[in-house]
Amino acid sequence: MATAQSYVLAIGTKKGLWLATSPDRREWSLSGPHFLMSEVPSIGIDTRDGRTRILVGVRSEHWGPTVFHSDDLGDTWNEPEQGAIRFPEGTDAALERVWQIHPDAESRPGVVWAGCEPISVWKSTDGGEHFELNRGLWDHPHRAEWGAGYGGAAAHSIVVDHTGEKVHVAMSTGGVYRSLDGGGSWEPRNKGISAYFMPDPNPEFGQCVHKIAADAAVDGRLYAQNHHGVYRSDDDAESWESIAEGLPADFGFVMLTHPRRAGTAWVVPLKADGERIPPEGKLAVHRTDDAGASWQRLDVGLPGAEFNSVLRDAACVDAAEPAGVYFGTRGGSVYASADEGEHFAEVASHLPDVLCVRAAAVSPALVSGSAGPGAAVSA
Amino acid sequence: MVLPSVLQPLAGGQSFLTAPADTAVTVEGVLDVVTGQYPALSRRLRDETGAIRRYVNIYVNGNEIRRLQGLATEVSPGQEVLIIQSVAGG
Repeated sequence: MATAQSYVLAIGTKKGLWLATSPDRREWSLSGPHFLMSEVPSIGIDTRDGRTRILVGVRSEHWGPTVFHSDDLGDTWNEPEQGAIRFPEGTDAALERVWQIHPDAESRPGVVWAGCEPISVWKSTDGGEHFELNRGLWDHPHRAEWGAGYGGAAAHSIVVDHTGEKVHVAMSTGGVYRSLDGGGSWEPRNKGISAYFMPDPNPEFGQCVHKIAADAAVDGRLYAQNHHGVYRSDDDAESWESIAEGLPADFGFVMLTHPRRAGTAWVVPLKADGERIPPEGKLAVHRTDDAGASWQRLDVGLPGAEFNSVLRDAACVDAAEPAGVYFGTRGGSVYASADEGEHFAEVASHLPDVLCVRAAAVSPALVSGSAGPGAAVSA
Repeated sequence: MVLPSVLQPLAGGQSFLTAPADTAVTVEGVLDVVTGQYPALSRRLRDETGAIRRYVNIYVNGNEIRRLQGLATEVSPGQEVLIIQSVAGG
């Protein structure tokens, strides 16, 4: 790893945002809260174009949802005057929550995707300052039949391939949809994923997918953590097969993939739909290095007893070598590993419920220039 | 219109905003005028459909407008419109 790097870990919680910085991914300095008393369910750290921009979806119970961005690691926050995400006239819809902020590929600087509630996908071409509603998905004839998961009706996963033409979106609850024309048109792609909670357990759509992620090195390979069920597709979601064997539970919310290596993915199993705690109260991450054929339990540095769950976006990887793995619990603990999950250390504890974490390498100059305590941004 | 302190930064630091009116107007009309130059403030009070956010309460003459005619509630010249957030939360 190059030495001229520092790292930022952004932690979105039920009651605000905290930022942690580190020179080595082992010692972390925590600042915050920003946006105190507002939930932060989505974060995007965009390091393209020679700039580090942190985008956050913020939602106040009183004042509604919005998107802020900071180009100085949280010293100042900006909110576009007209709002970054606004349902256009004629849709008769209002933004409820921004579930996902996804900076696109390095080759498409300025492009940022967002997944929102009500179920919708948005695209920005100006670095996340203004987003356009994807009408192909919004006008999809299935939309009236998509339901809301317990957390809300969310488009929570957006996976875009290197061409920019192939886009997969996962939603709770509608399942996985695929576009082959950059988001112009969409078709459900859920064959092989069980929806055991429906009268027809194998519907075309309606699956309760919790998170999907793409294999970084194998074109067409995707992984999915479902509401019971862990799956892999090797054909761009044309079909899915179970890779849950070897895991202590097939329920969970998290699905992470390695930034470069084929076949490596991480999940955080939870016992069951009805309990939603780590199996036997023992928190562990599980990693596969063979695309789901086998799983390794990773719990070094994690507490012996933990009864809090880990939500779908409360886990992330960074792009460093070796990859860092981060996750936070609904009990307000955040754990970081600088070695792909082999060893974890607690970065923060006793925060509000952790909803989202994102980590990235940034310029050391940016870290040294950031304010310590963190700005509280009104409303 | 009287703003709670938390919203005043979105109105240039003002605690009161005024709308010219010779005759009675609606709450909706007052909001349109006073938040017209403060779009971020407008978004905090109403969503894209124009609906008042669930935990935003607006009072005219001491009465919460949901118990009156909602956004169509009349405001007479000189009357105050109070914006108060609900005490809900945890």
